[in-house]
Amino acid sequence: MNLTVDVQENEGKSVVLLAGEIDAYTAPKLKEALLSLTEKEGNKVEVNLEQVNYMDSTGLGVFVSGLKSTKENNSELKLVQLQDRVYRLFEITGLIDVIDVDKTVQGGY
Amino acid sequence: MESFDFIEIKVPAKPEYVGVIRLTSSGVANRMGFSYEDIEDLKVAISEAVTNTVNHAYEKDEDGEVTIGFGVYENRLEVMVADHGGSFNLDQVKRNIGPYEAAEPIEQLREGGFGLFLIDALMDKVEINSDSGVIVLMTKYLHENGVGLDDDQISTTQ
Repeated sequence: MNLTVDVQENEGKSVVLLAGEIDAYTAPKLKEALLSLTEKEGNKVEVNLEQVNYMDSTGLGVFVSGLKSTKENNSELKLVQLQDRVYRLFEITGLIDVIDVDKTVQGGY
Repeated sequence: MESFDFIEIKVPAKPEYVGVIRLTSSGVANRMGFSYEDIEDLKVAISEAVTNTVNHAYEKDEDGEVTIGFGVYENRLEVMVADHGGSFNLDQVKRNIGPYEAAEPIEQLREGGFGLFLIDALMDKVEINSDSGVIVLMTKYLHENGVGLDDDQISTTQ
């Protein structure tokens, strides 16, 4: 019941590797890490959720904050490799049309 | 009178206990024979209700508690989440329920307040009572036809 946040600078973009659960307990830590990246002018931020096996609306709230921050700082936010259950929450809430979400597994089709 | 087992858990209204309730919910639902998908739905819905209570207690700087009751029936699971602290503005909460619209300006996107929308989408029946504190009562039936991906509208009365 925890979340690890690992940030790697890779070819001009910030890659955030997440592993664990995103809920009310872990969301503040994620928000702090994410906003510190999206607040860098022009930064490209890619969040990999392959190892995130649970997320609820607190996680959605963090990514909405991140998206708002990209608009203010001319940066970019993209979520990749979401598990089906996590992807579903973006679908149900309609956020899928607002946030750049790519559930395709790397190397998959 | 329909017979059922009842399980009650009380935890401090703190974020670190939301995961504990989630694990317990998963255990109860698994015991009842819910599908993997339904168990995941239950975990999210129950976490949302508990999180609402935790946030509420936090805002008011209270050392509150959350009580979660599981009514285990033959054909359904009823979950009650009770906040014994003060009451919050239910009308305001209801106004904030709903899916995002692609046309909505990003600046106006909500960062919170859509927990109840998810509960509504993931459970078969949801009732909210805010007379003294807030009690969320949600039901999920044990059957093969769960709530589908697009089936986000459910009745809150019966």
